[in-house]
Amino acid sequence: MIEVRGLIKRYGVKVAVNDLSFDVEPGHVTGFLGPNGAGKTTTMRLILGLDYPDAGTVKIDGKQFASLANPMREVGALLDAKAVHGGRSAYNHLLCLAQTNNLPRRRVGEVLELVGLTEVARKRTKGFSLGMSQRLGIAATLLGDPAVLMFDEPVNGLDPEGILWIRNLMRALAAEGRTVFVSSHLMSEMENTADQLIVIGRGSLLADCTMDEFIARSSGQTVRVLTPQPDVLTKAVTEATPAAPPPTTNADGSLTVHGLTAAQVGDLAFDHGVRLHELTVVRASLEAAFMELTADSVEYRAGDGRPAEQPFPVSEGVN
Amino acid sequence: MAATTQTQPVLTALPPASGRAGFRGTLNSEFTKIRSVRSTYWTLLVLLAVSIGIGAAITGGTAANWSHMGPSDRASFDPTQASVAGLFYLGQLVIVVLGAMTLTAEYSTGMIRTSLTAMPRRVVMYSSKVVVFAIVALVVTFIAAFVSFYLGQALLASTHDTATLSQPNVLRAIAGSALYVTLCGLFAFAIGAILRHTAGAITTVIGILFVVPILAHLLPRTWYQDIERWLPDAAGRALSVTVGPQPDHLFSPWGEFTVFAVYTVALLVVGAVIFRNRDA
Repeated sequence: MIEVRGLIKRYGVKVAVNDLSFDVEPGHVTGFLGPNGAGKTTTMRLILGLDYPDAGTVKIDGKQFASLANPMREVGALLDAKAVHGGRSAYNHLLCLAQTNNLPRRRVGEVLELVGLTEVARKRTKGFSLGMSQRLGIAATLLGDPAVLMFDEPVNGLDPEGILWIRNLMRALAAEGRTVFVSSHLMSEMENTADQLIVIGRGSLLADCTMDEFIARSSGQTVRVLTPQPDVLTKAVTEATPAAPPPTTNADGSLTVHGLTAAQVGDLAFDHGVRLHELTVVRASLEAAFMELTADSVEYRAGDGRPAEQPFPVSEGVN
Repeated sequence: MAATTQTQPVLTALPPASGRAGFRGTLNSEFTKIRSVRSTYWTLLVLLAVSIGIGAAITGGTAANWSHMGPSDRASFDPTQASVAGLFYLGQLVIVVLGAMTLTAEYSTGMIRTSLTAMPRRVVMYSSKVVVFAIVALVVTFIAAFVSFYLGQALLASTHDTATLSQPNVLRAIAGSALYVTLCGLFAFAIGAILRHTAGAITTVIGILFVVPILAHLLPRTWYQDIERWLPDAAGRALSVTVGPQPDHLFSPWGEFTVFAVYTVALLVVGAVIFRNRDA
């Protein structure tokens, strides 16, 4: 359980994290999403005490990270897989971490086995591929058998097999009742992994909800209709929903109807005696919904001064 | 799920924690760190080679030249100082590299983020690093000092002007050289903690230990004599002299050592405060 309250971090005049509050609950994979530069890594550094916040608090199981009795037994965190001394062997890298928390030496061999690095345990990490480094970083997070795991962009640069491995591992860790907090700038990476979402943009919270809620509330839901009488239906729909954009005609002659459910379109057609050959709900991809949500908060794009809209729910437990 | 079937058999349960993670484990960790990278061995080998090699060159050269030396040169010759000169003149250059890198390498590699995620109590990690580096430096500099001394005396045997440990000031000169070089390493460690940059730290320390005394020499003579005793390199010169009077205008050998030790401890404290308070 990670509790973030009113977190603020400035670097000079730039506000990296702006009054961020959220909880990360055990038993789930919680996706931490935002465009590049949104403040995800900074937030994770603040959680781990690598940076000090200008305001706000972070509690892990009720305590500050630095005051945990045995930090590695409570939290395993992988921020940057390349943040190792390249001249040190994988075994010695893990050993020097394990020793800080008085973890048994045999544990090093076990985690190396788990991530599949046993054969290169005595090799210096300088020659490791990014995938091997990620595996080494994950091995380090598991040394202390922690209840809370944090991964910053863990699949960056991995091959498909490695991505699948990490996804399965994260889900398995969550299924064991652990808190799994994983950041990404791509919704597609979270789609099949996370069941909770925290979305930030420019350091501010944009959404804190379940993946299902995010899907349900994504504003891109439309209805695709195929009818031999498109003109009649278009007129009927436009009269019924003057506020919504009028139906658009697709290349195959079908209509895309905005602002009505499939049932409403079907009823409307029946009332006007329009025959329907197809009636399909079309969901915008999650990626599109995510991009729409974060469009205003993408770094390094000139702002147009509009206030940020909040079409997605922000968790009620947090203020 | 596939990963679950992997997780269960491989990872056995951890024994329950026996107390709080602190100095004991972090000292072990820092010792593992320093012994598990090649740069440590290279640096220490270079330290031994330079110290012993230069000492041997000076003493061997003196022995070869002895018959041509006049009585006053022979009288002022200091067989102890000559044998350990390689250590305190050039060994300090080498130890400065290792001392600075002990902390700055954590920043240049990014390892500091991983280290502090395992042991977030920063003062514990900082002091563990200081202790482990000091122990390693003491062991190696004492080996260098005694090997240099005995090798130097063997090379000087033909001159019949050799030193033994029982003579006045000889043991002080040998141990003092080792301690002085260790202090130089700790001085560099502290500058490394303040600057967080390997090259910057090494350059700064060499500037303070070598360039500042040279610049000080350019001052008017009386000014120089007033400040000489406060220069950090005075300790090495004062400690290593065993023959004739102590250099003028300096405190006693251990007094000079104390001056340098106070500078070093003060900088180590400044480094610790910065290490604790600054974002990693």
